[in-house]
Amino acid sequence: MLNDEDRIFTNLYGWEDFGLTAAKKRGDWDGTKDIIKKGREWIIDEMKASGLRGRGGAGFPTGMKWSFMPKESDGRPHYLVINADESEPGTCKDREIMRYDPHKLVEGALIAGFAMGAHAAYIYIRGEFYNEGSNLWKAVHEAYDAGLLGKNAAGSGWDFDIIVHRGAGAYICGEETALIESLEGKKGQPRNKPPFPAMAGLYSCPTTVNNVETIAVAPTILRRGAPWFAGLGLNEKNAGTKLFCISGHVNQPCNVEEEMGISLKELIEKHCGGVRGGWDNLKAVIPGGSSTPMLPKEVCDSVHMDFDSLREEGTGLGTAGVIVMDKSTDLIYAICRLSQFYMHESCGQCTPCREGTGWLWRVMRRMVAGNATVEEIDMLHEVTKEIEGHTICALGDAAAWPIQGLIRHFRPEMEQRIMEYRKAAA
Amino acid sequence: MPVYRWNILDFERLKMKKPFDLHADYQPESFAFTKAYQKKAAELIALYPPGRQQSAVMPLLDLAQRQVGEEGAKADPPYGGWISRAAMDTIAEQLGMEKIKVYEVASFYSMYNMAPVGKYLVQLCTTTPCWLCGSDDVVKTCKKHLGIGLGETTKDGKFTLMEVECLGACVNAPMVQINDDYFEDLTSETMKEILELLSEDMKPKVGSQRGRKGSMALSGPTSLEDRAKKAGVA
Repeated sequence: MLNDEDRIFTNLYGWEDFGLTAAKKRGDWDGTKDIIKKGREWIIDEMKASGLRGRGGAGFPTGMKWSFMPKESDGRPHYLVINADESEPGTCKDREIMRYDPHKLVEGALIAGFAMGAHAAYIYIRGEFYNEGSNLWKAVHEAYDAGLLGKNAAGSGWDFDIIVHRGAGAYICGEETALIESLEGKKGQPRNKPPFPAMAGLYSCPTTVNNVETIAVAPTILRRGAPWFAGLGLNEKNAGTKLFCISGHVNQPCNVEEEMGISLKELIEKHCGGVRGGWDNLKAVIPGGSSTPMLPKEVCDSVHMDFDSLREEGTGLGTAGVIVMDKSTDLIYAICRLSQFYMHESCGQCTPCREGTGWLWRVMRRMVAGNATVEEIDMLHEVTKEIEGHTICALGDAAAWPIQGLIRHFRPEMEQRIMEYRKAAA
Repeated sequence: MPVYRWNILDFERLKMKKPFDLHADYQPESFAFTKAYQKKAAELIALYPPGRQQSAVMPLLDLAQRQVGEEGAKADPPYGGWISRAAMDTIAEQLGMEKIKVYEVASFYSMYNMAPVGKYLVQLCTTTPCWLCGSDDVVKTCKKHLGIGLGETTKDGKFTLMEVECLGACVNAPMVQINDDYFEDLTSETMKEILELLSEDMKPKVGSQRGRKGSMALSGPTSLEDRAKKAGVA
């Protein structure tokens, strides 16, 4: 279990004030100038050495992502865009950072912005987080008033501005190019890649899009040194700490910062008071937000919570939104409800996703009732494979995976439902 | 044979965004930002680089909705914030955009109400994490207490019920959003209390209804105990 002194988010639960004075007491904004004075190369090398991987779901190495930005500006400004459009079902970690510890994000934005040659950062926060957005704005204004942002930010000689942009309720805007479109004042429909945002992103300028948690942990990593962060976690590829959100059928649902690679069982037993009705009452767990395929109990017994361990089990760490389901759960309905989510959130740009997500939901509804044939399970699986990988962004994949997970692990339950329906109809 | 909660022909759940009609009788003739809102709009436009004022379309649509909501809260019967065709046209002109581009944006995002709503817009989250924790009961309570279905508004103009997708507070499920505020860790009883207070225009307590701070475990912190003690939490 992670020691308290190794925790980055010491005000995760909002016991202390979120303002600048309290944040400084917690260690934020300490020596920001000196970090920046060490230069872009040093910051990027340090981030690479820390082994930090993006916390937004895909797990791309952060240092490497920052290094993709052009070294010299060709006249176009560079932009840092922070993805605070947290909408993945099961995930609620960025919200806690923004409402209780926003200065970590603001300081991180300055350092990250400097490291990629950007003079401005846009934080795209989901519109529903109105109060969280207000806290964030307050923190930004405090930083301006204290000379930590604006001209010669924090005495570093670097000019830096932060703008908080509120979204208006679209899951798809969590996809980086859709988010950029939305920031430009359009419908949030993803762009084709290439060009990648590092070449042509916001306003066709070099842009890097990072998750809130990724940016918020950066200052602490740079202060305490890459070896400290790299020394935590399971191995060098799955290093550091991570915010986990555990929801569903546990006795004490909570958010908690833990070491990467903690075993799922330990996470649930130590921090959440165990599964409702005891560990043996566990049926399945969705380990990383709604898009990741579920794991049956046999796998949950021993699985570790990190990018590579979960990938070996055919799922992913995603955003680390752990959804726990006990034996009383109608799993088919649980996944059907997710299908409805993806149908609602599909932006309508690519046909396989626009038509496919609706089709999946309609078939899943019949599966819930059992009003289907066994062959249709195979057809359902095949259609998810047809959607996966055939769309501009990953929403099509995300809609396909939960159903694939259900069929992979709980096909007998689906067949039994069909038999029961037939028996009742006969 | 277990009883399943859906009739195959029940399409109520598809109406997540209220249907709207740009030529309906309820559309006002004109819209203008008040002085205070005009000032806010100018500030918001200035946040974006010169020539990129289109970026301000979402903040401006939100302002328009807020202004209407503010007027509606004092009206009799009351109504909530929504965006009329006239408001979209005004914004299009202000930002130098084609009208259709503004309509596109307003209809794409779920938070813009394109048709009148009640003073209190009750947005019920029913996505899987909330459903696992009993959002069906919360929905049932709201429907029964207010006597309306999803997507409907009470006769006195006070409440509109709406089903929404995940609002990102899954650890505090089940939850609803009413106007700008989150109400978390709900039960049928606490949901009813909140609706009763709101119907008298009183302010119910925002956040967890089971008295926990943020997303900490209900029984007390499992980490950072020293800090919790210092802060007087545990």
